[in-house]
Amino acid sequence: MVQIRFIEHGGAEHVVDVAPGTSVMQAATANLVPGIVADCGGAGNCATCHGYVDADWVGRVPPASTDELEMIDAGCFHAQPNSRLTCQIAVTADLDGLTIRLPPTQG
Amino acid sequence: MSDTIAIVGAGHAAGELASALRQGGHEGRIVMVGEERWLPYQRPPLSKGYLSSAGEIDGLYLRPQATFDGARIEFIGATRVVSIDRAGKALVLSDGMRLAYDRLAIATGTRVRRLATVDAARADVAPNVHYLRSFDDLVRLRPQFVAGRHVTIVGGGYIGLEVASAAVKQALSVTVLEAAARVLARVTAPEISAFYEQLHRTAGVDLRTGVAVRGFEFDADGRVTAVRCRPAGAADDFLVATDLVVVGIGVVPNSELAAAAGLAVNDGIVVDETTRTSDPDIVAAGDCTRHPNAIVGRDVRLESVPNAVEQARAAAATLCGQARPYRTVPWFWSDQYDLKLQMVGLSHGYDRLVLRGDPALRSFTAFYLHDGLVVAADCVGRPKEFMLSKRIVAARVPASPESLADESFDLKSLVPANEAIRS
Repeated sequence: MVQIRFIEHGGAEHVVDVAPGTSVMQAATANLVPGIVADCGGAGNCATCHGYVDADWVGRVPPASTDELEMIDAGCFHAQPNSRLTCQIAVTADLDGLTIRLPPTQG
Repeated sequence: MSDTIAIVGAGHAAGELASALRQGGHEGRIVMVGEERWLPYQRPPLSKGYLSSAGEIDGLYLRPQATFDGARIEFIGATRVVSIDRAGKALVLSDGMRLAYDRLAIATGTRVRRLATVDAARADVAPNVHYLRSFDDLVRLRPQFVAGRHVTIVGGGYIGLEVASAAVKQALSVTVLEAAARVLARVTAPEISAFYEQLHRTAGVDLRTGVAVRGFEFDADGRVTAVRCRPAGAADDFLVATDLVVVGIGVVPNSELAAAAGLAVNDGIVVDETTRTSDPDIVAAGDCTRHPNAIVGRDVRLESVPNAVEQARAAAATLCGQARPYRTVPWFWSDQYDLKLQMVGLSHGYDRLVLRGDPALRSFTAFYLHDGLVVAADCVGRPKEFMLSKRIVAARVPASPESLADESFDLKSLVPANEAIRS
């Protein structure tokens, strides 16, 4: 199992264990982590699973596609350089301990 | 005080509603009753990737069983709600049991519209005639959906065209029969229909519009061997020989239960902007509802996952005493071949269509204007413009056709600076 830590905008932490092969978004929704909405269920259509990759992890998560970067730029109100759509990050053993911070709102 | 919330249905809206109730602080019992035996699952992949894969139901679940268990969300599957006893505050279930509730949520979704040919009853039970709404439908279809077969698809809507795309990918030969003069006629402009017709024909699909299905030919085992069709205005039928048939001619809302219980129904269960039905203890969400939509400017019934989950969260908020107006911009998506189609707004009644980009390059956006306002957009292979279009349509801003068509014009400048932060 791979451990992922979500930190809500208000500071509340959720540490979850998930199997490799799912997405970081699914790790959040399967554990009812508030703040990840994921309207489209991971099809990369809605940009409501926006999260910030913690500084320590920025270089270790596989990079975003052009489509994803454009979706973030155009659709995420609180975009930052370390923004990702968490449905596009596959959970692998390498990501054990990954920390994702959540924006104040999705959209 | 006991506060049991029962949820009729176990689809996308129901699953989201149940989770959102717990997240919203509801402490009482939550019981979800579903006609299918499965926990809530994603339906969109059924007509997309799952059709050409061996994917199992586990990969479609909105949330795993353990999550529902952990959240103390009970699930009664393979059970139909026969009636709602509003006076006695109980559901009557198909196994004869009664389920008492304090408050109720209805999320019964839709069911497929079935064939209406004179031999429809026989076609409906033919082993090679399929509808595609549930995972069980998919399981029945998949063994026949193999290379070399000929599939005839009745209906050129999203489902029919997505199935055609999946069939081409699986190396079946494909005929699509659409009764209207063009595909996607109910939802999009003629220019977009033409684009998709050409896309499918280029992929090898035998796509026929303006052709009504009149009936079927059967063999001695009751299998359909051919589809009998008639072009609009013609006097004679013709036959399309086929190995299997997939019917995708729309859906109808499951509102009979609500109507029988005396709730207001009008092509969908009528709800207010906080998702309440005409009974204050009963909310409803998803495809089965008709709600007042401030952005569209009228009452609408939407058939979409985003509406199902967003309205479900609004319903949960209402039940948790945190009612807020449900304000959503309708949006939809469809995957065909390698192209992503993302649509926002309802184009019905538009008076001007503006193309941005070149359809021949398979990357463009069609903007629909009404009285100078952008009311809808269809984005083909343009996810960024889709995200901006959602904000533009939601803000109901005016835009000049010349600007919209000009690719050097920054669409972001149309998004109001004081745009409210969305939920």
